Amino acid sequence: MSIILSIIYLIATVTFIVGLKKLGHPDTAKSGNLIAAGGMGLAIVGTIFVHDLEVPTLIYVLIGVAILVGSIIGGLIAVKVEMTKMPELVSLFNGFGGASAALIGIVEFGNADIKAASASIVSTILSAIIIGAITFSGSLIAWGKLNGSVKSVIKIPQYNIVNNLFIIAIVALGAYVVVGNIDSQILLYLLLVGGLVYGILFVLPIGGADMPVVISLLNSLTGIAAAITGVLYNNMVMLVGGILVGSAGIILTVAMCKAMNRTLASVIFGSFTASGSVEGVN
Amino acid sequence: MNELIEFISNNLQIIYIVILSIFVGVEIIKSIPAVLHTPLMSGANALSGVVIVGAILVMLHSNPTDYVALVLGFIAVVLGVLNVVGGFAVTNRMLDMFKKKK
Repeated sequence: MSIILSIIYLIATVTFIVGLKKLGHPDTAKSGNLIAAGGMGLAIVGTIFVHDLEVPTLIYVLIGVAILVGSIIGGLIAVKVEMTKMPELVSLFNGFGGASAALIGIVEFGNADIKAASASIVSTILSAIIIGAITFSGSLIAWGKLNGSVKSVIKIPQYNIVNNLFIIAIVALGAYVVVGNIDSQILLYLLLVGGLVYGILFVLPIGGADMPVVISLLNSLTGIAAAITGVLYNNMVMLVGGILVGSAGIILTVAMCKAMNRTLASVIFGSFTASGSVEGVN
Repeated sequence: MNELIEFISNNLQIIYIVILSIFVGVEIIKSIPAVLHTPLMSGANALSGVVIVGAILVMLHSNPTDYVALVLGFIAVVLGVLNVVGGFAVTNRMLDMFKKKK
């Protein structure tokens, strides 16, 4: 990686920290958002143009088209949507970020020589896929709950136990692939589907009023997925940016719970007890 | 056990960065007024779109004849840009509203 790109990433990382810090104060929030956005733009432009790879023009054109399409759609949605629908929009965009991380993982699983790859590389790829998939489907469900297309709370009997067993099964299957260096497309897609299903199982039982907290939590997870992908490419702006979102997101989630006089556990496991019971609180 | 020690010694720099970043993230979010919770969540969401950098790297490294990687990479870039542009734009709109209220 060229030193110029490294410096660009360094600047972008600093803008993320400064931007996030400024976003926390009413007077500076707007400039904070712009600073972080500027840093992100810098990182994107730098990634595309500052490198020593031989890249065919076709690829540049495809990247350009992809960015144009995404910017137009994203910009239009963000400007057109009513103010009251902002939280669900955040959830939708967050889901897209998770999906992006999962897709990167899938491509890299295909590129990597899994049979010879070290355990850390394989586990990094698989974590990106699983966490990305969870945030994608989870965010879509949260989005659906907020806009009313996913109706009310759907209760599965003993869902906490079901969910926990499910995630343990996913992790165990992932560990099996990592330890055995198993280059299997079938297991890869099984893990992907497992992540998607878990995201749905995780968000479905949580009530609509608690959705902002869940979105914040999923957002934090997307940050972690981004950071994991950063490890894969040894890319510092992704690593630090992702971890910042991950840790800040968790703290924000807890703060949001506190503002609602709830604990995080009661939000996630709250509907565990029968309806009307307050045992989950505190 | 040996593998764990090897892993730590190979990735020491990354482990340092991760731990320090966690503390930075926690410190800058401390004591945020409740009115800013949603804009901050939205801003952090836009930042998690940094995954777009990875999506672009996938495309830059992919072989022009590897259509699967190209298509997946293309979709990943579109989704990543949606996250970034939509995220920052929505945050900006929220903060506009916030200012008018004051």
